[in-house]
Order: sequence, then C-alpha cells, then structure tokens
Amino acid sequence: MNPFEYRRAKDPQAAIDAAGPAAHAKFLAGGTNLVDLMKNGVEQPQRLVDINRLELAAIEPLPNGGLRLGALARNSDTANHPAVRQHYPLLSRAILSGASPQLRNLATNGGNLLQRTRCSYFMDTHFPECNKRIPGSGCGALQGFNRNHAILGASNQCIATHPSDMCVALAALEAVIRVRGAKGERNIPIAEFHRLPGSTPQIETSLQPEELILSIDLPPSPYAQHSHYLKVRDRASYEFALVSVAAALDIQSGTVRSARLALGGVAHKPWRVERAEKELAGKKPSATAFMQAAKTMVADAKPHQNNAFKITMAEHAIVEALSLAAGVA
Amino acid sequence: MSIIGAPLTRVDGRLKVTGAAKYTAEFQIPDLAYGVMVESTIPSGRILSIDTEKAEHAPGVIAVLTSRNAPKLPGAEKRISLLQDDQIYYNGQPIAVVVAENLHQAQHAATLIHARYQAAPAKLDFEAGFPTSYPGSHNGEPGDAGWGDTAAGLAQAEVKVEETYTTPIQHHNPMEPHATIAQWEGDSLTVHDATQAVTSRQEYIAKMFGIPPTNIRVIALFVGGGFGCKGQTWSHVVLTAMAARQANRPVKLVMERPQMFGSVGARPRTHQRLSLGATREGKLTAIRHEVHAHTSVIEDYLESSAFATRVMYDCPNVATVHRLVQMNLGTPTFMRAPGVATGTYALEVAMDELAYKLKMDPLQLRLLNYTEVDPGTKNPFTEKNLRECYKQASERFGWAKRTPDVGSMRDGSQLIGWGIATETYPARGLPASASVSFQPDGRVLVASGTQEIGNGIYTIITQVAAETLGVAPDLVDVKIGDTTLPKAPISAGSMSTVSVMPAVQAAAMQAREKLIALAVADSQSPVYGVGADQVDVQDGKILLKSSPAKTESFATLIGRHGSQPVEGNASLKPTLDQKKFAAHSFGAVFAEVAVDPNIGVVRVRRIVAVFDVGKIMNQKTAQSQFIGGIVWGISLALFEDSHSDARLGRFTNANLAEYLVPVNADIPEIDVTALDIPDMKLDPLGARGIGEIGITGTGAAVANAIYHATGKRVRDLPITPDKLL
Repeated sequence: MNPFEYRRAKDPQAAIDAAGPAAHAKFLAGGTNLVDLMKNGVEQPQRLVDINRLELAAIEPLPNGGLRLGALARNSDTANHPAVRQHYPLLSRAILSGASPQLRNLATNGGNLLQRTRCSYFMDTHFPECNKRIPGSGCGALQGFNRNHAILGASNQCIATHPSDMCVALAALEAVIRVRGAKGERNIPIAEFHRLPGSTPQIETSLQPEELILSIDLPPSPYAQHSHYLKVRDRASYEFALVSVAAALDIQSGTVRSARLALGGVAHKPWRVERAEKELAGKKPSATAFMQAAKTMVADAKPHQNNAFKITMAEHAIVEALSLAAGVA
Repeated sequence: MSIIGAPLTRVDGRLKVTGAAKYTAEFQIPDLAYGVMVESTIPSGRILSIDTEKAEHAPGVIAVLTSRNAPKLPGAEKRISLLQDDQIYYNGQPIAVVVAENLHQAQHAATLIHARYQAAPAKLDFEAGFPTSYPGSHNGEPGDAGWGDTAAGLAQAEVKVEETYTTPIQHHNPMEPHATIAQWEGDSLTVHDATQAVTSRQEYIAKMFGIPPTNIRVIALFVGGGFGCKGQTWSHVVLTAMAARQANRPVKLVMERPQMFGSVGARPRTHQRLSLGATREGKLTAIRHEVHAHTSVIEDYLESSAFATRVMYDCPNVATVHRLVQMNLGTPTFMRAPGVATGTYALEVAMDELAYKLKMDPLQLRLLNYTEVDPGTKNPFTEKNLRECYKQASERFGWAKRTPDVGSMRDGSQLIGWGIATETYPARGLPASASVSFQPDGRVLVASGTQEIGNGIYTIITQVAAETLGVAPDLVDVKIGDTTLPKAPISAGSMSTVSVMPAVQAAAMQAREKLIALAVADSQSPVYGVGADQVDVQDGKILLKSSPAKTESFATLIGRHGSQPVEGNASLKPTLDQKKFAAHSFGAVFAEVAVDPNIGVVRVRRIVAVFDVGKIMNQKTAQSQFIGGIVWGISLALFEDSHSDARLGRFTNANLAEYLVPVNADIPEIDVTALDIPDMKLDPLGARGIGEIGITGTGAAVANAIYHATGKRVRDLPITPDKLL
C-alpha cells in the first residue's frame, strides 16, 4: 500500500472540496473494495477523504411514492429495510446474494455502485497488460484466461465485467443516482451511470472526479409482486456471478403489461435490452415468450475463448428467472 | 477405563478458540524486523537488472536482498530460490527480500523494486510436453509397475472402457499462510516456522548454511493447516534466515495469500488414460492406468495417481504408468492424499462407466471384483473389511431404492443422482521417539517432536499416555513441535498415529515400570517389598492390587526421591514386514446430488461413508478428520481449479474470492462411521492414520451421482455449471 494522507470530512461540501481535482483523492466509505485495491497496489490515492460521518445513511420515502436510499446506508440495512423488502424485493434479493454478511454490513450503497471489476488482469498489478490500470498497455484478458469476462458490450480494449449484484437490480428498477460536485447537484439515470469500455475503459462511470454520490432514488415500482433475482455461480455463496438476472414483471389479469430485464456478469455494466422487454409486453407468461426475450437479450453476444457457455447460461437463467417471477415455474 | 477411542474433546480446543494457541506469526520477539518477498513476473528467462534504489531509501528499510548482494550459501540447490543467481524458472519465484522496521514499510518498499528480464521460451502447454515426458518415482516407489499382460487382457475383454480423465492444478491454501521467524545468536539459529516437520526443517536449513543441525532449533507449537504444502522446506524459510543474518536482526516473514500460489507447492495437473476390460459378467480382465502429471523444470515431484489402482480390485492384468511433464511453474508437491485423491477419481469413475456398459449395479461390480489379497503380490492385507463398509454404507444410504436409469430420480424440477465409489489410502509409519515422565507436581509430561497441524495429535497423545499410565487425561501435559524434544517424523501421509503413538505408549510403559520399581524398593512406600506385578497405577496413585487401600500418589513417592521426574523413553521403528503384508485402509462413500438441469448448478445433498481404518484413537477428532476429507472431496469434484494465464504461467485466481473452496452452504449432512476394527499386525495400538482417506473416492462418488442425475459424463474436474449446460 502506498503512503497516503487521511482526512475526515464533516459535511458533503467539505468532502467535495477535499477531493478537488489536484488531490488524487478517493472517498472512503465502507472500504470493502477500495482498501483491498490499495493493498494490492491497483489503487494508489494520495488522499483518502473519509465520508463515513456524513449524514447520508437515511432510507426515506420520496414525495412521488419512490424511495431514497442514502449513499452511506449499509448494504445490509438497505436489503433488510421494510420498505425495500415490501416494494423492491428484487433489490433486497440482489443485495443479499452478493458478498458475505460481514462485507454487506460494512459496504455502502454508494460504494457498491463504484465497485471495480474482478478481472484478474486488473486486480493483479504483476500482469503487464490492463488498459484500466495502465491505459494503452493492452487487455490481458482478451487472449488470456477469460471465463468470467464479458460477452456483451465489450471492446478490444477491455472485456471486463461489472461485479455488482445490487446494480443489476437497480438497472431493472431504473434507479436515479443523485450526485453533488463543484457545480452543484445533478441526477444521473442508472443506465447512464456506468459506461461501456470503448477506447477508455479506465473511465468506468459518468461521475466527475470530485463528485459525491448522495443517494440512489428509486421510482415507484409496479413490479413488487412479480420479480426475481437469479444468480448463477460455481458455489452456493460468497462468489461473484457467472451470470445473474434481474427479472421484473407487471402482470395484470394474466397478461404481462410491462417487463424489465437486466443481466449481470456479462458486460461492463448491468445489461438491458429494451426490445426484449417490449417483446414480453402484452403476452401471457410462457416458456416460449420467455425464451424469445432471452434470445433477444443475448442476440449481440460475442464470446471469448473461455466463456461461450455464458450465452446459453444467460438464456436459461433468463427463462428460469422470468418463470420464477411470474410464478409459473 | 478406556480412554483410547473415547470422544475426548480436543485438549487444545480452548486455546485455539480463545486465541491463546500461538501460531508462528504470533510470536513477538524483541527488536523484530519484517520481511517481504518480491517475486518474478515472468515464467522463464533471467534477470537483467533489479532496481532496488527506491526501496533502499524508502522509510524504515533495513536491507534489500537480491542476487547481487545475497550471501552464497554452501548448500544451495536449484530446487529453491535463494537469490544465488539470476535464473527464472517460474512466475512467482522469489527474486528479492525487503526487510523493514514494520510490515507496512516492508510491503511498500517491495512495490518499489523493479526487475528487468530477458525472457526465454516457457513450457506452459501441458499436453505439448507429453512427447518429452519421462518416468519418475514417488517416495521411492517406481511410477511404473504392474503384472500380467494388459494388452492380452484388453484383447480378450468383452466390454471395455477407454477414457481420459483430467484434474486441474490445486493449491493447498491452509487458513494459516506460510510464516517464518528467524533469530540468530552468533552461529546459533532459532526458527519459528509453520511446518509439518520441525526435524527435517532443522536438517535442511543446516545443510543450506553449512552449520551443524544442533546449532538450529525449530519450533512449531501449532500449525494452522498444512495439507502437504508445509512439508518441504521452500525458499522463504531459508530466505528469512538469510535476511535475519544480513539485517543482523530477528526477521519475521509471513506470506500473503497470493504468494501461496507460487513457490510453496500445488497439486499437479493430471491427464489420466484409463482402460478397463471385463467379461460380459463383469469380471475385470485388465486395467491400464497411464498418468501424465506436471512437475517444474527445477525438481521432480510425481503425482502417483495410479498407485491406488495397484490395490483396489482383483484383476489378472494390471499396468500402471506415470510420466512427468516439465512446465515453467513452481514445483508441485504432496497435497492431501497425494496421487490417491486424483487417481481414485479417475479409476472409480471408469468403474462406474463400466457398470453402465454392463448394465450392472456399480456396487455389485465392485463386489464382483473384490480382492481379499494385495492383487499384485498376492500378500495378505494386515486387515481388510471393505465388504462390511459397502454393506453398512449402502444400508445407511438406502442404496437399494436407487433406480439405475439416468435422469430417473427427480425432486420437482431438480434431477437427483446417486453415486458410489471406493476409498483407500496406504497405512504406514516412520521411526519416532517420545519421552513420558511422572513429574513431582503430580502431573505427567509427554514429549515428542511431532506437529499439531489440526490433526488433533495433542489430544490423542494425551489419551494414549493417560490410559497407559492410569492417570486422568487432565493430568497429562503434552509438548510437541520443537527440535529439542525426542525426534518424530513429518506430520504427513497419514503416518503420525502409526509412528508416534506406539512410541508414546512404550515410553509410558517404561515410565510406569520405573515408577513401580521405585515404589516397591522404597521402605516408606505402602507397596514396599511386593512384586512389581502386584502393583498398579490408577488415578495417579500407586496401589497394591490385592489391597487397594495400600496406596499413595506418585507425587508423594517422587517427593521422597529428590523430586526427580521418573521418565521413560522409547525410540521405535515400524515392525510390519512389508514383504509379507500389505497395509491399506479402505472405505465406501455414497453421494446424492441435485442438479438444476437449466443452469447446471449442482448441490450435494447427502454423503454417507463408512471406513475401515483400524482402531479409532478418538471418536470425535476422527469424525472431524473424515468430514474434513469428504468436504475436500466435494471441493475436488465441484470447485477447486487454479487457473493460469497460458502465456505468463501466472495464476489468475490467486485469492480466496476466486480460488473456490466450498462454503457452508455447499456442504450437506455428512454421515461418517468407522468400523473400529483394530489392525494389530500394523502396530501395537491397532490404529492406522486417517487424515487423508476421506478425500479419496469422494470426488468420484459425486461425479458418478451427477452422471446418474443428468446422463452427462464430465471427465474433466471440476464439474462446474458450464459443463452441464
């Protein structure tokens, strides 16, 4: 770990000021990802701005009937909050399928949004190639061991995946990220928050360097009755997804009025294909309809040497998640 | 009173759960400095230059050792990396050691060291190395052996299975990483080391530095798991001693988890070609088991996968062949049930395939080919009750209710499968010594230089001494893990019980005889003048058998004799004549799995196993050993796999998030039973080692259950969901 300066911020503005552009600073919340990355030399901030004392941990209703999740609310508290469990069970399930109880007790909602990839070529600084760590050095995974890598939305500069479960549910729920920076507050739809790698994989979000996440705002959801988060992995717990599916259906009188589908473990960001969701609208829940949506979801998939299985796995997982959400499994 | 065998709770359990048991890295020594190893990042070539200047000037740095300034060691050899030259043989090879005032300073300075390399072509394609592979041996046993004519046996076979089974590289990953503390005083060295073998550590370090072994003391009071990777002396142990001498300070070096995937061994990758021939009735006519396993370019280690094939079944024609394939990876090593864990997977899956081809129950096939004698030599087994294992395990499991067709058992949308396999592991011992003494304070002290690696040896030593001496277990103190104690062998190969317990028993008997002799010759003793055979020791008291009221405590007796301990010593060698008998443990393991056919996820639902492993020393610790082995067998079947980058020979999952071992949610109810039939031909206690047999066969039982559930025969471990889609 490199030597660094530690500062504790007393309010959001002080935090933003302390993380000014020249400071090479990182905000420290739960630290479950950042501190690990500092230990293995991937992150080398010169300053840590501890934001744990900021009053951003509340979970409270919004006037529009939605719910505001404070950036510093812990993942455990969020997943187990009565309003989340009642109105957004998809989110609760997604969070609880990630990490371990100990990690969730410490990890925050804002930090979860900013989790960095588990790609080995990124995590181990002794691999020479990684365009995220060293822009222009190449992508070690492209010709390397890439079983856990992206099949959608990747580029020849980076095939890493986003590791979060929470974000997959947030994508399906169309959450909005409320941030504050030097120029004031702004709202970023979750779909625009994470970026695809393109030619600049080192830029992972649309967040500006000194911007601070204040909250995750959930719009009112018609999907509480029929949703399911399915995570496929090699072992039963404490592992990142091979493929995960957030499936949400609004079913009225036996017909799907609207659907939301998001995939994890397959791309640099939670993966949505609106066409697949539209295909489900107006249909009766059925294995045929679900498989058609599944095919559409992965239609653009491009596998690499070790991960072609993810296409079939994603299709099957989508059908299974939709079936469980619809209650027809 | 029978203390041996009783389910005595671990005597060191409280120390362990309260943190009072001191593991190597926990020793605090005045003036201690901290060492961190820097490792190569290429698999083959040489170091052109190493820039250490920034590291040398970093805060707190005391010394930086590289091949430029490291002292030349008289005993240095190629198998470990002691900074003697600039050659690189694998990615993760130690190339420097940084010593600093504290750990964080040493870790930071280590990141400031940059090596420039001249890369050479690396051998990283396993199968490409087959044409240049060569024979080897394992623990002195030749890799190639057999009997009869397998070509003829296969030619006459009416039914054949000819398949290839592959197993990946695995890393041991004990909870406690490797750790060493080295402290010099003049030419004398004290080493605290996380080791399975204090004595061989002492001898090897002495050889490296060219000093007498008696100048070196090695201590390992508790070891947080070894599983084989703490058997050999690897680079870091000697480097720590070298760094301590260079820095003129005691130095502690604790490996980080990613470093556990480099210079400290692994289970080799195997490629196993199995050919089974049988008559239509299911009688084996031939077994050919040909193994390719990787080793490094600096040392041969042979994974003896086909050794178990030499003892399992009655078959007139058997050939077992092993070939070593060099790769630019760290040298592999012994890992729990070396050879047997990987070999029984292949053999026992092949037997299942044969059973399906014959349309025969796989248990019936095994009974049909049961062997009452060692099939190669025709020597009798010291003791073998495998039939009883099959019987009890199949009854406990409910095997009779199995429907044999694949996919024929279901639970909702889940496919259910049942599979079986045979387990086995050789039984053997090595020379060992122990001392046992009655102490003036009324307690008993047992000493032997064996090691506690989680195996429960503190506890069973206590039991053997307590029973032999007629004292309560809580009056017994045990000292182990120190080269100042009577020599005992490496804690490995399921050998500790067979080796150490007879020595403890013999030393205790001698101490008891001496105590009684002292008593009957003492005019103040209540047993004065009687024959030694008239005297007994019970509950810490000496008493006259015919008149138990004539008694006194041994402490009182010793008190009258200058308060000198009454000590017995024993140094024993195994007595079994291996030319006349074969000694092996056996067992039967049954598995139930549920498979989600859509997404390929497997859950093991039940394991039932019954073992024939001789006399059980402690029902509770034995249970734990069996369960631990079985959990690892499940892990072998479903999870563990060290992935490496094919160009750099560097492992891509060198951490415990991505190197998968089972979590609690992966492990079902495990029902284990031991027959508890003593093997009196093997050793005076009738016990065999039990540390490894649980992992054998289990992988095959799970794989066979998956086939029964799905009809998919995965012959490449681990069986991950993608292979079942």
